[in-house]
Amino acid sequence: MGEEPLVRWDWIGRNLPVLRELLVDNAVMALVPVLAGLLLALPLGLAGVRWRRLYQPTVGVMNVVYSLPSLAVFIVLIPITGLATRLTVMVPLTFYAMAVLVPAVVDGLAAVPDHVRQSAVAMGFTPLRRLLQVELPIAVPVVLAGLRVATVSSVSLVSVGALVGRGGLGYLFIDGWQRQFPTPIIVGIVLIVLLAGIADLLLVGAQRLLTPWAGSRTRRRA
Amino acid sequence: MNWLIEFLGDPANWTGADGVPARLLEHLEFAGLSLLLAMAVAVPLGLWIGHTGRGALLVVLSANAARALPTLGLLVLIVLLMGVGTIVPVLIPLVALAVPPILVNAYEGVRGVDPELRDAAYGMGLRGRQVLFGVLVPVALPLILLGLRTAAIQVVATATVAAYVGLGGLGRYVIDGLATQDYPRAVGGAVLVAGLALAVQGLFAILSRISVSPGVSRRPGIR
Repeated sequence: MGEEPLVRWDWIGRNLPVLRELLVDNAVMALVPVLAGLLLALPLGLAGVRWRRLYQPTVGVMNVVYSLPSLAVFIVLIPITGLATRLTVMVPLTFYAMAVLVPAVVDGLAAVPDHVRQSAVAMGFTPLRRLLQVELPIAVPVVLAGLRVATVSSVSLVSVGALVGRGGLGYLFIDGWQRQFPTPIIVGIVLIVLLAGIADLLLVGAQRLLTPWAGSRTRRRA
Repeated sequence: MNWLIEFLGDPANWTGADGVPARLLEHLEFAGLSLLLAMAVAVPLGLWIGHTGRGALLVVLSANAARALPTLGLLVLIVLLMGVGTIVPVLIPLVALAVPPILVNAYEGVRGVDPELRDAAYGMGLRGRQVLFGVLVPVALPLILLGLRTAAIQVVATATVAAYVGLGGLGRYVIDGLATQDYPRAVGGAVLVAGLALAVQGLFAILSRISVSPGVSRRPGIR
């Protein structure tokens, strides 16, 4: 390395448009799968609560899915979804998000106290209204905790996609390695951690808005 | 599917330095060594923090950082700065990845033990160390094993990515296959890695069945 500084600030200045493009690409490829995963996890989680017998096998399958290395899944998907496409990265990430969110939904709904559920029944709530107005709001903190884990992992997992030609900010790692130039690598790591941190903060904010009654109480239980 | 048969069915891929057995052994060596090093650091530290309650902030920070840090970037950066040649530069990021899940789960496991149980142990006259190893560790064992399993799976997966910076192991097939557009090789390697991850998962399931006391896991058979 010699006199070469660890970070060349002028490189960052010259490459701002590219960095912005990679950042947006990374955010889209990370967040769309989390949303899709949530939409899929809600019905699966509900089914897991209603039919308890389904729950263990579902979680078992999710565990298996979660343990598959992302690079391996990307490669196996290439013939189906194409090389260097967003889809190749987003399909596995959707499954990883589901693997975190299905247990979160089930645990969240299971945490609804029985007397609360019975009160809702006694007040004449239909099952659908009870779900939407009583059970899901109470489940929000647990589901959001799962959503935070899924979002942060998703943002950083996208970068592995760079090895199959589409990895958002992960491109900077490949670029820096091939040119033996640390600046892009460091910038990539910092931007990914920042993106994950901002997404995480937004979810914390969302939890405050969605559960105004919680305040310090949830903290005590956690 | 045909690609898989083309790669795995070729006898040339089963012998020599680039054969499946040799690559599998390399993969297990890197992953196993990293996991052992991480265990040696994180298990005692996690137990100590959980037992004494000192340094809990370290645990929280490492748990969050572990999820956000991109594996590939960390790996490429450390190897670039330290140079290739020995396996040490590759082991560092692997150990760094394995430490947080082990640390967090060992800490949570010990901290989450019912305080009444802890008090009962002290009440029976056990000392600090006896309480830790006689009561807290056995009760926390399911979580400690969960941390080890998560770390093991992470390390197996990341050792694959490490082939990109010149490491051997099963990742070689994936990286070389991609570089030379030899998809049967890349897919074959990917399937082998996925199989290895599943085997690790299964191994830990068996391990926790054997080692966790039935009284803790509430399995039938003891009363």
